Amino acid sequence: MTPTQVPTAPRRSSGVRPAAGQFRGRQLVESLPQALVKLDPRHQVRTPVMFVVWVGSVMTTVLAAVHPSVFAWAIAVWLWATVVFANLAEAVAEGRGKAQAATLRRARTQTMARRLLADGTEETVPGTVLAVGDRVVVESGEVIPSDGDVVEGVASVDESAVTGESAPVIRESGGDRSAVTGGTRVLSDRIVVRITARPGETFLDRMIALVEGSARQKTPNEIALSLLLASLTLVFLLAVVTLQPFAVYSGQAQPIVVLVALLVCLIPTTIGALLSAIGIAGMDRLVQRNVLALSGRAVEAAGDVDVLLLDKTGTITLGNRRAVDLVPAPGVSAEDLAEAAQLSSLADETPEGRSVVVLAKEQYGLREPGDLPHATFVPFSAQTRMSGVDLELPDGTRMVRKGAAAAVLAWVRDAGGTAQPETAAVVDAISGSGGTPLVVAELRPGQRAHVLGVVHLKDVVKHGMRERFDELRRMGIRTVMITGDNRLTAQAIADEAGVDGVLAEATPEDKLALIRSEQEGGRLVAMTGDGTNDAPALAQADVGVAMNSGTAAAKEAGNMVDLDSDPTKLIEIVAIGKQLLITRGALTTFSIANDVAKYFAIIPAMFAGLFPQLDRLNVMALHSPQSAVLSAVIFNALIIVALVPVALRGVRYSPADAGTMLRRNLLVYGVGGLVAPFLGIKLIDLLVALLPGM
Amino acid sequence: MSEAAAAWLQAGLLVVLLAAAHVPLGEYLARVFTDPRHLRVERLVYRAAGVDPDADQRWSVYLRSLLAFSAVSVLVLYALLRLQDHLPLSLGRAGVPADGAWNTAVSFVTNTNWQWYSGESTMGHLVQMAGLAVQNFASAAVGLAVAIALVRGLARSRTDRVGSFWVDLVRGIGRVLLPLAFVAAVVLLVGGVVQNLAGPHEITTLAGGTQTMVGGPVASQEAIKDLGTNGGGFFNANSAHPFENPTAWTNLLEIFLLLVIPFSLPRTLGRMVGDIRQGWAITAVMGSLWAGAVWVATWAEMTGAGAVPVAAGGAMEGKEVRFGEAASALFAASTTATSTGSVNSFHDSFTGLGGGVTLLNIMLGEVTPGGVGAGLYGMLVLAVLAVFLAGLMVGRTPEYLGKKIGRHEVTLVALYVLTMPTLLLLGAALTAGIPALRDASVLNPGPHGLSEVLYAYASTANNNGSAFAGFGADTVYQNVALGLTMLAGRFVPIVLVLALAGRLAAQTPVPVGPGSLPTHRPVFVGLLAFVVVVVAGLTFFPALALGPVAEALL
Repeated sequence: MTPTQVPTAPRRSSGVRPAAGQFRGRQLVESLPQALVKLDPRHQVRTPVMFVVWVGSVMTTVLAAVHPSVFAWAIAVWLWATVVFANLAEAVAEGRGKAQAATLRRARTQTMARRLLADGTEETVPGTVLAVGDRVVVESGEVIPSDGDVVEGVASVDESAVTGESAPVIRESGGDRSAVTGGTRVLSDRIVVRITARPGETFLDRMIALVEGSARQKTPNEIALSLLLASLTLVFLLAVVTLQPFAVYSGQAQPIVVLVALLVCLIPTTIGALLSAIGIAGMDRLVQRNVLALSGRAVEAAGDVDVLLLDKTGTITLGNRRAVDLVPAPGVSAEDLAEAAQLSSLADETPEGRSVVVLAKEQYGLREPGDLPHATFVPFSAQTRMSGVDLELPDGTRMVRKGAAAAVLAWVRDAGGTAQPETAAVVDAISGSGGTPLVVAELRPGQRAHVLGVVHLKDVVKHGMRERFDELRRMGIRTVMITGDNRLTAQAIADEAGVDGVLAEATPEDKLALIRSEQEGGRLVAMTGDGTNDAPALAQADVGVAMNSGTAAAKEAGNMVDLDSDPTKLIEIVAIGKQLLITRGALTTFSIANDVAKYFAIIPAMFAGLFPQLDRLNVMALHSPQSAVLSAVIFNALIIVALVPVALRGVRYSPADAGTMLRRNLLVYGVGGLVAPFLGIKLIDLLVALLPGM
Repeated sequence: MSEAAAAWLQAGLLVVLLAAAHVPLGEYLARVFTDPRHLRVERLVYRAAGVDPDADQRWSVYLRSLLAFSAVSVLVLYALLRLQDHLPLSLGRAGVPADGAWNTAVSFVTNTNWQWYSGESTMGHLVQMAGLAVQNFASAAVGLAVAIALVRGLARSRTDRVGSFWVDLVRGIGRVLLPLAFVAAVVLLVGGVVQNLAGPHEITTLAGGTQTMVGGPVASQEAIKDLGTNGGGFFNANSAHPFENPTAWTNLLEIFLLLVIPFSLPRTLGRMVGDIRQGWAITAVMGSLWAGAVWVATWAEMTGAGAVPVAAGGAMEGKEVRFGEAASALFAASTTATSTGSVNSFHDSFTGLGGGVTLLNIMLGEVTPGGVGAGLYGMLVLAVLAVFLAGLMVGRTPEYLGKKIGRHEVTLVALYVLTMPTLLLLGAALTAGIPALRDASVLNPGPHGLSEVLYAYASTANNNGSAFAGFGADTVYQNVALGLTMLAGRFVPIVLVLALAGRLAAQTPVPVGPGSLPTHRPVFVGLLAFVVVVVAGLTFFPALALGPVAEALL
C-alpha cells in the first residue's frame, strides 16, 4: 500500500472553476492584506489562544517604546509576526474559497425568467422575483433562472457553471433526473420548470456562501478542541503569572517582555493559529472533489462513519448486467449457439443485448453480419418476454428466439419441440448463482423447434471494488449493499464484491429501518441517494450524500451534494473527514510537544543569572539568554508558516487500522514535535547571535 | 548483603506482594460494588439513616449526598476538636483553636491528613479514635465511591443513574476498609506497633534524664492511615516513630498497605467495564511511573549528591537508621505517589533530586497510583484527555471505552486539569510573593525555601498531607488558606468527575472495532504516561526550576 495524498482529485474535464489543489507560496503574499485586516481585536478575540498573543504583542510594543532595546523591539516584532502568520493561514484558506465563489457568482448573474401564467401565456420577469411554485419556460440557449424540477419536456443542460463538468446532462420531467439548478444553461429543447427555491436561497447561493466560508460555523469537534486549547492557555497563563512572585522571591524579577515571550511560546499557538484554516481547507477539499457539504458537522461525521450503505447498481456493479458465458445444450456446438445468440440480439439495443453481441464477437470471433435483407426482427416485449429474428431462407423461415427461460421453453413446446432436462438444470444453476439465464432456441424449416443453449447474464462488479471494501474493513467501516434484487442474486453479488452485508429486496422503508437500527447500536451511517423516496433515509443518515442529478427533495434531505453524481465518492468523503480530524490531532500534538524544547531554551536563559547551575539545562548551547528567548519566539512564529501547507492540504493519510495510524502519527508529529524545535531553535539562534546587542 | 542488593530485594518483594494481591482484591472490589444484595447489618444502617439502599441516584443526587455527608463530617470533627477538653479520654489536652480545628477537620475529611500540630501533644485518645480515625475510614470510602461512580459511568449506557452514594459508602467502609484494616492492625500489632489507652508515661533514661512516652490506640489507626492513603500519624514523627513503625518488616507492610487498594482498582475497572485489558493498561501506566519515581529517589538518596552525603556514603540526614536510605526512599516515593502523606523519614532533608521526586510525584496529580479511588478517577480523567489528543490522530471523534469524548466531556476534563495547578500555583505564589506571609512561614533561605512553599501547596491541593517540615504551617493564614486549598482540591474535582460520570452513563456506546483507538496497547500506555508527565511538567517546570531543579543541579 502506498501512502497517497488521499483522495486524489478526479481529473476535471474543464477548468471552469479554479483548481485550488496545490498550495503556492504566492498565496501567502496575496493574502497579506486580508491578514492585516484581521488584526482587529474583534476578530482576534474569537480565537482565545491568538488573542492572548495579540494582547502580548500590544504589551511588548508599549514596553519596547518605553524602554527601547534591540531585544525588546525584536520580540515585539516577532510577536506581531506570530499574529499575522496566524491570520495569514486563515486568509489563505478563505482566499481559495473566495476565488471559487467569484466564478460561481458570475453564473448567478441576473437572468430574466419567462413565467407561465395560469392562462398559459408567458410574462418576462427578473429571476429574483420568482416564488416557490412558479412555473417558467426555458428554451435552448437560455439560463435556468432558479432551482426547480422539470415538469414538462426533456432537455440537455450544460451544468458546467456548477459542476465544472462540460459534458451536457439530460434533464426530464418525472423520475429522478428532474432537478435543475439555477444558473445552468439549457442547450437544446424546451422545458417547463417548477421553481423549488426562494430567491437568495438557491443551490448556487448556498454554494457560494459555503465555499466563501461565510456560512462556516465551528463544528462540534472543533469547539471541543478550542475549549481544550483555551484551558491549556489558562494553565500556562497561570504558570507564567505566578512565576514572577517566585522569581522575585528568588531574588530577580523577570522583565515583562521575557514573561510574555515565555507565555506565547508555551500556549498552543501553532494549532491555535491553524485550527480554523484546517476546517476551511477540509471543506475546500470536498469542494475540489465536487462535493458540497451543507454543514461542517457532516464532514466530521464522515470521519466517524461506521457503516456505509451503498446502492448496488452504479456503485458496486456497472449499471447493467452483461453476458459472461454461453452454455450450449447437449449436441449443439458452442459456435452454433453463439451465432444464434448473436442473431437474436442484433436488434436488441438494451445493454444486455449488446453484451451478447460483444461476447459472441470476443469469445467466438463472430463478426456482426452486415445487412440481413431477409430478416424480420422481433423486438422484446413485456408480454412475450423474448426477442428474436425471423430469417427468410430459400426453404422457409428460420426463427431464432432468446429470452426468459419459461417464455422460450413455452415457445419451443408450442412449436412442437421438447427441451432436454439439462437445459432446466443449467437455468437453475445460473439463477442459483445470482445470474440471469436467457434461453436461446431456434426453429429451422422442416425441423422441430429445439433449445440451443443458455446465455449467462451477470451483474459485473466494478473493477477494484473488492480492494476498496477490504481497505474500508481495515479502517473499521462496514459496507452494506442495498439492492432491489432478490436475496439470492443479491447475496451472490455481495460475495463477489466482498461487502460485509446486504439488504435485498430493499424498500425505502427497509433502508430507513436499517439506518435506525445501526444508529441504535451507536454506529454512524453514511449513504447516497437520488430519488425522492430516498429522502427520509438521507435525512436520517449521519452523512447523506445526495446526487446532484437527483430530485430537489433528495438534495434537501441530505447534508452533502455530489455535483458529479458519483455514488462511489462516498468512500472519498469518508477519507476526507478522517484526514480533517487527523490533521487537527497531529498539529495539536505537534504544538504541545514543541513546548518541551522551548522550556530548555527559555528557562535557563531566564534564571541562569540567578542560579548558574541552571545553565546545564541549556542543552542547545544557545548564544545568550536574549538570543535564546528571541530564537524560541522566532521559531514559534515561523513554524506556523511552515505548517500552513500541511493545514491546507491535510496530513498524509493512508487507510489503516487505528493502532497503526496512531503509531505512525505519534512518531511523526509527537516525536517529530519533540525533536524539531531543538534543531530549529538552535539554527535560528546561530543567526540571531549575529544581531547587534544579542 | 550490599545496600543496593537490599534495596532491590525489598522493592522486588513489594512488587511481588502487590502483584499477588491486586487481582483478587480488584475482583473483590468489583463484586462488592456490583452486588445486588445487602447484608443484614447494612440494612440496619440504611434504616437508621433513613435512606433507600435500592435507589439508584442521578449524578447530581449522588453528588449532593456526598457533599452533605462531607459537610456534616467537617462539622462533627470541628466540634470534637474544639470541645476536646470537655470530652472523656482527653488526657487533659485543651480544645483546639478555631483556625487549627478548621484546618484539621478539613484535612481529615478530604483524605489529606495535613497536620499542623503534633499528634501526641495535641489530640486526646477520643479525638484520635472517634474523630480522626473515623474520618480516615470515611474519607477513603468517599474517594472509592467517586471512582466507582465514574467506572459505572463508563460501564453503563443510556441511563442517568450512577449508583447510590450511601450504599457505596457503607460497603466501602464495611466490606472493604474495616476488614482489611482489622487484619492489617493485628499484623502490625504482632510486628510491635503499640495499642493501648494509656496516658503519658514518665521514664528515666539511661543517661538519667526523664522522657515522656505516649502510648495509645496506635495500631488500629496505623492500619487505616496507610490502607486508606490518609497519612495522619498518631505521633508527630509519623511512621518514623518506633511505636508506629518499629521494624523493617512493618515498614514494608505499611508501604504495601498504602499501595494495595490504588493498584487494585484498575482491575476493578477492567472487570466492571468488561475488558480486563483496559485495567492492565491503567496499571501499567501507574506502575511504570511509580517504579520510575522509586528508582530515581532511591538512586538519589543512596548516591547522595552534595558534600555531606558523599562523605557519609548516602544521604542519612532526616532518616531513621533502622530503615536506611533505600527503605526511606521507597516509602517516600510511595507515600507521595499515593496521596498518603505518611512518612518514615523527612522529605525536607532529602537530596535535591530525591526531594524533587517526592514533590513531582504529588504534582503529577496523585495518579501513580494515587489515593484510594482518587488515583483511579484522576488517571481516568487524564486517560480521557490523552484519548482526546491522540484519538483525533486516528481520524475519528475520540472515544474512550466506547464513550465519545465531545465538547461537554472535554470541558469537564479541562476544568479538572485546571483546578489543581490553579490552587497550587496561586497559593504558593501568594505565600512566596507577600513578604509578611513569606517571613512567617518560609524558614529556609534560597531555592529550598521555595521548594517548601511549593510542597505545602502541592501537598494540600492534591490531598497528600506530607510536608517539607521546614515550612511554618501553624499560622492563622496558613491554617485557613491551606484548609481552603484542601477543600477545593478535593471537592471541585469530585464535582467534575461525577458530572463526567453522569454524561458518560447517558451515552449510547460506540461499538469497538478496528477503527477505534486501542486503549489497551503499549502505545497508549506510553502515550498516557507521557501525558501525565507532560501536563504536570509543562505546568510546573518554571516553578520547579527555581526550587528543586536549582537545588538538584547545585
